[in-house]
Amino acid sequence: MAVKERMSGNEAVAYAIRQINPDVMPAFPITPSTEIPQFVSSMIANGEIDTEFIPVESEHSSMSAAIGSSAAGARTLTATSACGLALMWEVLYVAASNRLPIMMEVVNRALSGPININAEHSDSMGARDSGWIQIYAENNQEAYDNTLQAYRIAEHKDVKLPIMICQDGFITSHAVENIMLLEDEPVKKFVGAYEPEHYLLREDETMAVGPYAVSCYCMEAKRAQAQAMRNARQVILDVAKEFEEISGRKYGFFEEYKLEDADFAIVAIGSVCGTIKDAIDRLREQGIRAGLLKVRVFRPFPGEEMAEALKHLKAVAIMDRCEGYNATGGPLGAELTAALYRAQASAKTVNIIYGLSGRDVKVSDIEKLYEDLAELAQGNNLFGEYPYLGLRNRSGDNYGADR
Amino acid sequence: MEQTGKFDFKEIQGREERLAPGHRMCAGCGGTIAVRNVLKALHPGDKAVVGNATGCLEVSSFMYPYTSYEDSYIHNAFENAGATLSGVETAYKALKKKGKIKEEYKFITFGGDGGTYDIGLQSLSGAMERGHDMVYVCYDNGAYMNTGVQRSSATPMYADTTTTPSGKVSAGKVQARKDLAAIIAAHNIPYVAQTTFIGNLKDLYVKSEKAIYTPGAAFLNILAPCPRGWKYDAPDIIEICRLAVETCYWPLFEIVDGKWILNYEPKNKLPVEDFLKKQGRFKHLFKPGNEHYIEAFQKEVDKRWEELLFRCKK
Repeated sequence: MAVKERMSGNEAVAYAIRQINPDVMPAFPITPSTEIPQFVSSMIANGEIDTEFIPVESEHSSMSAAIGSSAAGARTLTATSACGLALMWEVLYVAASNRLPIMMEVVNRALSGPININAEHSDSMGARDSGWIQIYAENNQEAYDNTLQAYRIAEHKDVKLPIMICQDGFITSHAVENIMLLEDEPVKKFVGAYEPEHYLLREDETMAVGPYAVSCYCMEAKRAQAQAMRNARQVILDVAKEFEEISGRKYGFFEEYKLEDADFAIVAIGSVCGTIKDAIDRLREQGIRAGLLKVRVFRPFPGEEMAEALKHLKAVAIMDRCEGYNATGGPLGAELTAALYRAQASAKTVNIIYGLSGRDVKVSDIEKLYEDLAELAQGNNLFGEYPYLGLRNRSGDNYGADR
Repeated sequence: MEQTGKFDFKEIQGREERLAPGHRMCAGCGGTIAVRNVLKALHPGDKAVVGNATGCLEVSSFMYPYTSYEDSYIHNAFENAGATLSGVETAYKALKKKGKIKEEYKFITFGGDGGTYDIGLQSLSGAMERGHDMVYVCYDNGAYMNTGVQRSSATPMYADTTTTPSGKVSAGKVQARKDLAAIIAAHNIPYVAQTTFIGNLKDLYVKSEKAIYTPGAAFLNILAPCPRGWKYDAPDIIEICRLAVETCYWPLFEIVDGKWILNYEPKNKLPVEDFLKKQGRFKHLFKPGNEHYIEAFQKEVDKRWEELLFRCKK
């Protein structure tokens, strides 16, 4: 029996953590993810879970302690945002290369500067090549569901990689919405016990973790790690299928919303997809065939599958809530455009930067964007050279150009 | 698992090595002597997880696919040996509580002075303050030896290093060394000690055993000379350590539950010059006209010795 509730994204993942009852959680305060370790600490204080909490003195130590704990054989998690994730950068790679299935709740927030605490994907996108699996949520429900699936993916014998479960700061983490929760027993059965093969505290063997390796060994280690990320593709789909059986909710690499018969589509990640769906519903009433591809899994990158789903379209807007500072656009834009090229897709594409540092995106902004996509399909580019949605500018241009 | 306080030289030296031979540390390396002997203070049969900050020791003792450690071992990065082992120790608590581990384990981590005094100080401070049941051992050779003898905050004043070279207008490092043992003592942990290689290594053994078997956080600071960085003949290491203690440059003391205890007071405190002149890194101080540097060094040693005597007598 599912339980209907109302809660924020942070509350939802804390609820999932209670149901999983992991062994160890080191964490350091940072807005907007701080609530998660707070909720966990309260659950520990009230005897609801027996997780050991380590109140570390920095996020670098948070990830370092998580690495020690996971290597020692404990099911481990942490949570962070923005600058906290950036401070972990060095050791994110250590966690992944040691093949430690740590779960990290990432509540996405802008990196400094200027210092800002609102939603942006620059934090986790900055860590996109660190060897972590990355799964993004549109809302509290998905943040909850993704958390429940995380260890099944990360701990799988063909994977053994750390995993980030991402949700948008404040928009998802703090907004209270309806949610369907699973009961404790089916969750415990689904997640299962953690039984690692090798670990520091295994009593019948010793183990050494974190070697120095010279050039004649290092490249093979990296290739093996890359294979684990490739293996994660099938495991993510298998775990989603099993999760559907207990929850009735379907997950894959991405969600297609009215995409099959669409002429124009937006590709986006996270909470903005709710806004886009609203705009699509309105446009569909007017006979405009608009669709959405919502990216759920960013690492491993399902480029081939996305390109296949987008191939038939006339025009596609790829949305990045993250500036790439490469003078061409954002990370999703770069990777998906390459995938479309490899698939010889004929759709015209535009990469749009939006929502930086929590900048609001309205349904009307998206409706206008679809209209402009229709123009782009006709060869009329209204987006300009470097489109920024919702940027304040003197001329009132929708995409930030001062004309 | 409790400390015995006993020192039976023959029995201890007969114990199985926990740091296997065949590692790639330099001949005469003080760091290796520290590690071998600290690990010998584990009672035979007791289990341990050994941690390590990045440094000479790590890259020379765990070079894939070989490890020199008979116990489980983890290296993470340069600045986080404290946090890493605090994670291991907490995992032990969690798994023990859930009945997944039956046996007892000890947790010992090693870092050089660069990884301990400097880049790893925050991580160490956090681990000590939280009171994890672990020992942090600093093998202090007074510079970043692994990267080629750069100064650290443990480097003594006037030492010639590659980032504080002596030259026409430089007498080496300007600042005196940081007093790390006192800083860690200020964390109010149950056991802090400073030691080095003296005689039959009794002081090192006894302190290591205390540190390992005292419940809670413990810290050992071990002066561990580096023949390459200090520029002396490798066999002179024991004489150099003796002079470090006899000149009061490196006093032997411990802080037990906040109480400062002096373990050795030289009958005739030797001039610091005796310690300095054995080492090529201080060679420039012995050029004519540089006597005032040695005087200043002596003054610094005297000041710190007096402070220590005050702390131990009050």
